[in-house]
Amino acid sequence: MSEQQTAGALPVDNKAVKRETSFRMPYRLEIDPTGRDSPWWVTLAAIILALIACGIFISLNGMNPIAVYGKMLNGAFGSTFGLTETLVKAIPLLLCGIGVSFAYRISVWNIGAEGQFLAGAMAATAITVYFPHLPMYVSIPVMLLASMAAGGVWGLLTAIPKTFFQVNELITSLMLNYVALLALNYAVFGPWKDPKGFNFPGSPMFTAAQSLPTWGTSRLHLGIIFAVAALLLYAFVIRYTRYGYELRLIGANAEAARHAGIRISKHVLIVMMISGALAGLAGMSEVSGVAHRLMYGISPGYGYTAIIVAWLAKLNPLSLVVSSVLFGGLIVGGYSVQTIGLPSSTSSMIQGAILFFLIAGGMAGKFRIRSNR
Amino acid sequence: MEMLTQILISAISSGTPLLIAVLGGILIERSGITQLGAEGLMLMGAVISCLMFIHTGSLALTLLCVLAVSGVLGLLHGFLCVTLHANQVVCGLAMTIFGAGLSAYLGKPVSGKPLAGAVPKLDLPWLEPVPLLGNIFAHLDLFTWFSFVLVIAMHLFIHRTSWGLHLRAVGDNPATADVMGIPVIAIRYACIVIGSMLIGIGGADLLLVYTPTWNEGMTSGRGWIAVALIIFARWNPIRALLCAYFFGVLDSLGFRVQLIGSHIPSYFLKMIPYVVTILVLMFLGWRNRNKPSGAPEALGVPYIREQRF
Repeated sequence: MSEQQTAGALPVDNKAVKRETSFRMPYRLEIDPTGRDSPWWVTLAAIILALIACGIFISLNGMNPIAVYGKMLNGAFGSTFGLTETLVKAIPLLLCGIGVSFAYRISVWNIGAEGQFLAGAMAATAITVYFPHLPMYVSIPVMLLASMAAGGVWGLLTAIPKTFFQVNELITSLMLNYVALLALNYAVFGPWKDPKGFNFPGSPMFTAAQSLPTWGTSRLHLGIIFAVAALLLYAFVIRYTRYGYELRLIGANAEAARHAGIRISKHVLIVMMISGALAGLAGMSEVSGVAHRLMYGISPGYGYTAIIVAWLAKLNPLSLVVSSVLFGGLIVGGYSVQTIGLPSSTSSMIQGAILFFLIAGGMAGKFRIRSNR
Repeated sequence: MEMLTQILISAISSGTPLLIAVLGGILIERSGITQLGAEGLMLMGAVISCLMFIHTGSLALTLLCVLAVSGVLGLLHGFLCVTLHANQVVCGLAMTIFGAGLSAYLGKPVSGKPLAGAVPKLDLPWLEPVPLLGNIFAHLDLFTWFSFVLVIAMHLFIHRTSWGLHLRAVGDNPATADVMGIPVIAIRYACIVIGSMLIGIGGADLLLVYTPTWNEGMTSGRGWIAVALIIFARWNPIRALLCAYFFGVLDSLGFRVQLIGSHIPSYFLKMIPYVVTILVLMFLGWRNRNKPSGAPEALGVPYIREQRF
């Protein structure tokens, strides 16, 4: 070969010619529009590649990425305390994740879970602030209902502009996140500030009657039951009810669903309300079960992480559990690397990278390699 | 007169980062690709400019770095959306989440450090005696002049050149454009990369000129407001200028009302831009309910050659 190239002469050997031409395009990539979902190992590969990519940034910071990841893993899953903390963080992620999964089923891009979460947390706190002496069997159900109603209304505020005014739901739901955050900051710095709190930006501590019961000495609270119940309901509704069938139909082909007589705008309204109510419930379980007060920075971005949780799980109920526990662990791991001088935003960087690689990997399932011969 | 000048100055100073980002977004969306990652790109532009300016002190080097980083992120967006035909909405979300996380991570060491006077002002002493214009235009910084030039250049490019015609063809009907021999993929890639660079520069302007201190999530939704402004501006650079300055006024309204001595809590004043964004979009949607929105027709639809629709 090299002899021919250096000589620049015509190739004498026929075999060499054949090899050269066949080297050019032996296969071609084809896109299969009906392509199935990518297999599980693509998801795994996406996570590993995201960790490698973030490892580069971590090593730029002068740290050993493997040591950092080991520290995160150990912090999140290495001890009973870490495990229960991971589960505690997984509760709001799972609830918000189920909420946004409902919306993504019919391609409504709800990215307002964060605002709906905060609205729910505020509604639950409002009950404790304005009705402080209710007995437990009244206060907890009332807080539940109030938070779900508030989250649902926050979701409707996105759905109404979408259905009646053709406004892109991405923009509305995100703007409402900022509105909710500002309202929460107003409340905790202003009228709801604990007078005995030494200027701490938070509401007064909830009484025992306003707090969700916990298991033993851990911080694991009753919210996990809400999350599991919501998950079972989600799985049941999607698989076995007429409503779930209609949702799946809209998700598969909105145009066909419209011709089949399904009123899409009605579904958008209901789905956004459910989605918001679940995120609101997550907000209530977080203030009443974990923080026991409404405070500044109550959410480390649960609503945004829930987007990735839902996407990683491909909206599948069982996978939602796995991905919310995984990302709960990532948040806890993010806290644990603070002791070695890395910011807790390390975990949000990893989250974003995972989403990037998931998208690329998700499309990999749609490409087919075909032989040209 | 004094009041009007003040309002115009604040409109320009807080509207310029939005304007540059919106122009970048318009360029990308004109080629038919949805751009929802503006928030992440602006955050990355801001954090990179803060880091580079603190470490090197050179504005040119800082800007080069911002261009490189946002260009690479744009290339990534292009690879996913154009080559892999990925869902452009989720792709933009990924860009925002990744940009927010990475910028928070990178910016932790410089968080809260003030950095004033990074961008030189272009002083025009001969303009000063002119009423109104003198007060506004005599002491503008370079970014603002850049944004003026950019508006005109982009308007002429999109509506008056054959390259702009190709761009609009690619955005409206890539299949036809492809048949006509216009390089669809190349144009889309070029627009995404250049547009992302502009959005990154918008973030740099926000940090270097408007609020010269890095804080985690400092754009506080300006990237998303820029995305909404693309719709207000109906993908037109000249309208983008007016819309961006309108939001610039809203953005600075909070400070202004407090200076007068109002007792409305600042939290509610800060809500104004977000609420107005939703209300204006609702108004536009209602008014244009039977009219085309002006959006490129193939916006958000991946182009796959030889695919039948």
